[in-house]
Amino acid sequence: MARRPRLRGGALLGTVPFFAYVTIFLIIPTLVVVIGAFTGDGGRGFTLENVRALGDDHIAAAFGRSITLSASSAIIGAVLGAILAYALVTGKPDGLLRRVVTAAAGVLAQFGGVTLAFAFLATIGLSGFVTLWLQEHGLDPYANGVWLFELPGLTLVYTYFQIPLMVIVFLPALDGIRPQWREAATSLGGTTWQYWTRVAGPLLAPAFLGSTLLLFANAFSAYATAAALVSQGSPIVPLQIRGALTSEVVLGQANLGKAMALGMVIVVAVVMALYSLLQKRTAKWLG
Amino acid sequence: MARVAFRWTVLAVFGVFFLLPLVAMAEFSARDEKTWPLLLDWPRLSAEYPGLAEGILSSLGQAALTALLMLVLLVPTAIWVRLRLPGLRPLVEFLCLLPLTIPAIVLVVGLAPVYAWVNYLIGGSSQTLVLAYTVLVLPYAYRAIDTGLSAIDVKTLAEAARGLGAGWATVIWRVVLPNIRSAVLSAAFLTVALVLGEFTIASLLHRTNLQVAIEALGKSSAGVSVAVSLTALMLAFVLLLVLSLAGSPRKERS
Repeated sequence: MARRPRLRGGALLGTVPFFAYVTIFLIIPTLVVVIGAFTGDGGRGFTLENVRALGDDHIAAAFGRSITLSASSAIIGAVLGAILAYALVTGKPDGLLRRVVTAAAGVLAQFGGVTLAFAFLATIGLSGFVTLWLQEHGLDPYANGVWLFELPGLTLVYTYFQIPLMVIVFLPALDGIRPQWREAATSLGGTTWQYWTRVAGPLLAPAFLGSTLLLFANAFSAYATAAALVSQGSPIVPLQIRGALTSEVVLGQANLGKAMALGMVIVVAVVMALYSLLQKRTAKWLG
Repeated sequence: MARVAFRWTVLAVFGVFFLLPLVAMAEFSARDEKTWPLLLDWPRLSAEYPGLAEGILSSLGQAALTALLMLVLLVPTAIWVRLRLPGLRPLVEFLCLLPLTIPAIVLVVGLAPVYAWVNYLIGGSSQTLVLAYTVLVLPYAYRAIDTGLSAIDVKTLAEAARGLGAGWATVIWRVVLPNIRSAVLSAAFLTVALVLGEFTIASLLHRTNLQVAIEALGKSSAGVSVAVSLTALMLAFVLLLVLSLAGSPRKERS
């Protein structure tokens, strides 16, 4: 008994490397962002100037575009992903097809960045495979201007990793739907329409909404794909941060980037909090 | 019947959407027939595209070192916390999952001053990125290892070993570790796949890796950079596909 406290101290010693490492490379960077967002340039005292600057036209517009891009790619990804997931659950639960598709979805959901940008350049870039094919057949996708390097293009490219992510996160909820519920609805005289709007729909709604939020956060944090695709201007927040980081010496706005970074963290944190709230609600019925 | 038709139509449409970019990459990179043979000829590749060769070597080094550092840091801690400090588990889990809510672009902003010190103390080698990557892969690696540890009775194994006179190092290294081999392997695989695809941190901290080299090359020789992209992608694809197909039958739903 008397040895207990000493032993506990010794046990804590074993976790020192982990905590020391996480402090230096995770906690300190986070604090740098949070504190920097409220610090004047040159480290002079507390200020709200950086946070107020988030309201500037070009930054507010970038946040607006980031949110539009994330929301539209999340909604498109969620709807299409849900359809694909539903097609999978109508098949054999342990069939080879389902295993291969979920495995492929796991890979594609991680697929982003430069490689993805280049994949789309090779596909519908100005001399891409599909572009050339369409032009040979008298159709020009870029007749009304090149949209690949702007928001519509980014939305299309983002759906390439959003749909697989939706399949992964939404599939467990669909699996939770029991066939007995449908039989119960049918035996009570319900139609298919009534089953979907009164039984399955309300049960799946929290899971669907939660998954959409996760997709939103995923698109909102993405940087590499946009960085490789967009070379002119900084339409979205991550690219604005790049601008602030690479030209901070010139502009003397070192901490504006930190304020934008803090803004991103807050948006992601709020979305993720809502997500875990909905996740709990989903677990009640479809756990 | 309608259901079967629906299923195959949906799968066919999505299949085309997801395969098309891969096919396009293959076609695009084969337009110049010299591209693919060049990729297989390492001496010529490193002579003609030294930046790319450097990026490839950097990424391979980073992947191996990150996996090593992640395992050294995470596995003993996860086992130790489970055995001796269960009260700390929520904190460790919170810290490990925290990078999920911090976008890489935000982490870079905070890492810049930390890396000013890294530059000062160890220098500006591209391998120093390993320090940041270990944080980046923490959520994925932690989940894999935690699942592995939940599947076995760590406490009983440790008590049995301790009762037979084993020290803590022996318990972790020779008793628990062999039992979570597949979890450790999947954490390492995920780490390698993530590191091979990393761009944000490397490019903004002015260091090189595969993705940075591909991006730089994209402006001058699009064919070669698309070919390398496709190769890297296929490598990650095979790695993760093997992982998820090999992992799924064992984790049968109860």
